[in-house]
Amino acid sequence: MKLDARIPSGPIEQAWDNARFEMKLVNPANKRRHHLLVIGSGLAGASAAATLGELGYNVTCFCFQDSPRRAHSIAAQGGINAAKNYQNDGDSVYRLFYDTVKGGDFRAREANVYRLAQNSLSIIDQAVAQGVPFAREYGGALTNRSFGGAQVSRTFYARGQTGQQLLLGAYQALERQVDAGTVTMIPRTEMLDLIVIDGRARGIVARNLITGKLSVHLAEAVILATGGYGNVYYLSTNAKGSNATAIWRAHKRGALFANPCYTQIHPTCIPVSGDYQSKLTLMSESLRNDGRIWVPMNKGDKRTPNEISEEERDYYLERRYPSFGNLVPRDVASRNAKAVCDEGRGVGETGLGVYLDFADAIARLGEHTIRERYGNLFDMYQRITDENPYKVPMRIYPAIHYTMGGLWVDYQLQSTIPGLFVLGEANFSDHGANRLGASALMQGLSDGYFIIPYTVGNYLASSKLGKVSESHPDAQAALSCVRTGIDKLLAIRGRRTVDSFHRELGKIVWDDCGMSRNAQGLRTAIEKIRALREEYWQNVTVPGSGDDLNQSLEKAGRVADFFELGELMCIDALERNESCGGHFREEYQTPDGEAQRDDEHFSYVAAWGYTGPGKPPELTQEPLEFAYVHPSQRSYK
Amino acid sequence: MKLTLKIWRQKGPEAPGKFVSYPVDNVNPEMSMLECLDVLNESLIERGEEPVAFEHDCREGICGSCGFMISGIAHGPQAATTVCQLTMRHFKDGDELVLEPWRSRPFPFVKDLVVDRRAFDRIVQAGGYISVSTGNAPDGNAIPVGKEEADRAMDAAACIGCGACVAACPNGSAALFTGAKIAHLGILPQGQPERDRRAVRMVAQMNAEGFGSCTNIGECTGVCPKEIPLEVIARMNRDYLRGIWKERHQLVTTIAPVTDWDLVTK
Repeated sequence: MKLDARIPSGPIEQAWDNARFEMKLVNPANKRRHHLLVIGSGLAGASAAATLGELGYNVTCFCFQDSPRRAHSIAAQGGINAAKNYQNDGDSVYRLFYDTVKGGDFRAREANVYRLAQNSLSIIDQAVAQGVPFAREYGGALTNRSFGGAQVSRTFYARGQTGQQLLLGAYQALERQVDAGTVTMIPRTEMLDLIVIDGRARGIVARNLITGKLSVHLAEAVILATGGYGNVYYLSTNAKGSNATAIWRAHKRGALFANPCYTQIHPTCIPVSGDYQSKLTLMSESLRNDGRIWVPMNKGDKRTPNEISEEERDYYLERRYPSFGNLVPRDVASRNAKAVCDEGRGVGETGLGVYLDFADAIARLGEHTIRERYGNLFDMYQRITDENPYKVPMRIYPAIHYTMGGLWVDYQLQSTIPGLFVLGEANFSDHGANRLGASALMQGLSDGYFIIPYTVGNYLASSKLGKVSESHPDAQAALSCVRTGIDKLLAIRGRRTVDSFHRELGKIVWDDCGMSRNAQGLRTAIEKIRALREEYWQNVTVPGSGDDLNQSLEKAGRVADFFELGELMCIDALERNESCGGHFREEYQTPDGEAQRDDEHFSYVAAWGYTGPGKPPELTQEPLEFAYVHPSQRSYK
Repeated sequence: MKLTLKIWRQKGPEAPGKFVSYPVDNVNPEMSMLECLDVLNESLIERGEEPVAFEHDCREGICGSCGFMISGIAHGPQAATTVCQLTMRHFKDGDELVLEPWRSRPFPFVKDLVVDRRAFDRIVQAGGYISVSTGNAPDGNAIPVGKEEADRAMDAAACIGCGACVAACPNGSAALFTGAKIAHLGILPQGQPERDRRAVRMVAQMNAEGFGSCTNIGECTGVCPKEIPLEVIARMNRDYLRGIWKERHQLVTTIAPVTDWDLVTK
């Protein structure tokens, strides 16, 4: 297969303008005749559904939660980037573009990233107009903070709840369209298959999670905005319900899956405390603005942090990266934390933790200012750990947080299945091998508010889409495939719970395809995953029936997909014989332990095709070209 | 430590319900309330029984999915804390905790500890927004918003829509939830053009859903995990009165509450 990314020609500054001008338009009066499905109601899904509704399309939006407002975008804390240059500190669209391409370790598509940086400006305007209560200066102007991987202050925030406030803005815009009658919202309903007719995405099979009823929904185009797949690892900062089922089942219907091994480990999470643990809690990266990260100089130092004098502390990020210090990008910060813990210098009961210390910032700025900036995060930390971070340094450790990989999309956000569009974290598009902090909110909203409204119109106007009916054999086949899958899970009646399998799968993937990987470990992991998956289909137990609210059944289907995706992650990681961004292969590092890229052989997007159960996936490469930002060894020193 | 969880079990709205007591051993004080339920559920599944259905998602106190009564208190005894962040160290060895779903008529029962809170979405549909379509916005700094105003708007906007306020209120009022959105948008300059209409329609919808009236008892703010201040209700009342006075000749339309889950209408 040859991938056409449909990147517009001409100078990058004009690419998006040119592309929009060349797109075909749908007559305003005809828009309501086009039915679109939006799956997911996070930042990307809600903003897409709302905007398409405003334009007059007939939209149906689905979410598995009881309300669209619960989508996991809500948990994003720190902020959203935009190249407004309100701080007059040298920011520009080009600089945000440059920082993002570099931060992604030269594994993202330049044209996409440039458009993202351009759209960042309008996102802030839109959110402010919706009433998102961003932090302000006394004079009334918007204020900014800095974030990892950048030397300008371009991050807009609403306390430590930026994701919540942006999502509520998009949710309210969505509910306004529900009231206006352009959007039908269907909560507590999960997409379980994609319907492809004559090579085009024409609908989905969905399960009502309350009644268990399966239904077929047909449309002219399907838009997936279902988030990332970090929950493959079981323990992650994702919500418990976050899952890859929609994108994975679309993959099995023909959509290529790009760069599955690019996963992001967030450096600042609360360390694991016990084996009952169900999820990991993030502490916003913005804390690294004022917190200093350190571990004891000496191995196995079990004294309390306040007993360890300045001379006996190693502020290892400041020492190794004097120009970025504690604000190095996430992958670098995470790897360094792992390295000092592997040396035996980790802190806390498990030894898997480093200190994030605010004593200096409190001495310099006063407790009041720190409370203003991070009060709710400090409260949350204290609620969970029973320690007061104003007095004792926080203990943090890296955790899986975001997945840069996802379904392959072209510049118009269309997957390899015509009519199937993929937005936000669910696609692979803009972050390369490592996402910079405060860029996920930006991408979700850029895709939903400002890209899909144009590109889906172009698709509808330039495609001849005949009528299809529920009785179409392909629709019925998808429906019965879903039904068979559910019956099969319910019929196994084995002896192990879904969670116990999921936990074991997560541990395999974390150990061998987590913060660092090597060929031997990846090969073993693939074997282990296959064996465990085999056991899953023999020995899992799913109580209850398929005819009512059955949370075990929901989980069982999602975990079945995580098994297959986890394997593909390892295959992709094994194939990529280089280190880049979040993908750190131990065999490929510089003498001082930094990621060693191999641009000659691996400057491409790895897009994997599904070839059938038990068959090896097929790799298609999309070469990456860098005409503006010249690939270099990333240096934050 | 060892605890007894006395949990409301009911298969569906039509099925009979009852309390069932479950002893849970090996409760780690660091666990959250929901992780304690996870442990119980794992043991139920291994015994071939149906696990306790409860709502949860982010498990970091922000999505608003989780929530139930713990021995009569919405979200349990710890102030400003949802059940997903309530650690077991707040209980004593041997305690019995009584877990019940939110009980309020506008929140129809679904299963075990799960209820239907779609009434909240409809209250937002009735006007909990600023009508600005994508692309209409002026530059972000074109409208200055004073820091104090922005902070007060943020205090109200922090609501997570969990429904604890309704569950705690002896009248089953949704005034704190509705007031929070009216206050958030009504404080900001961007929210002024629709301020009257918003208050009138949202209050009308709240009444149409069957939520009770507010009599300023304050239980709502006491259990609110985000500590939404009671003042938002005063603000709602003032904006409502202002709106009624100015728009009294306008016909207020409400959205018909939907209670069933057969959502696919063809």
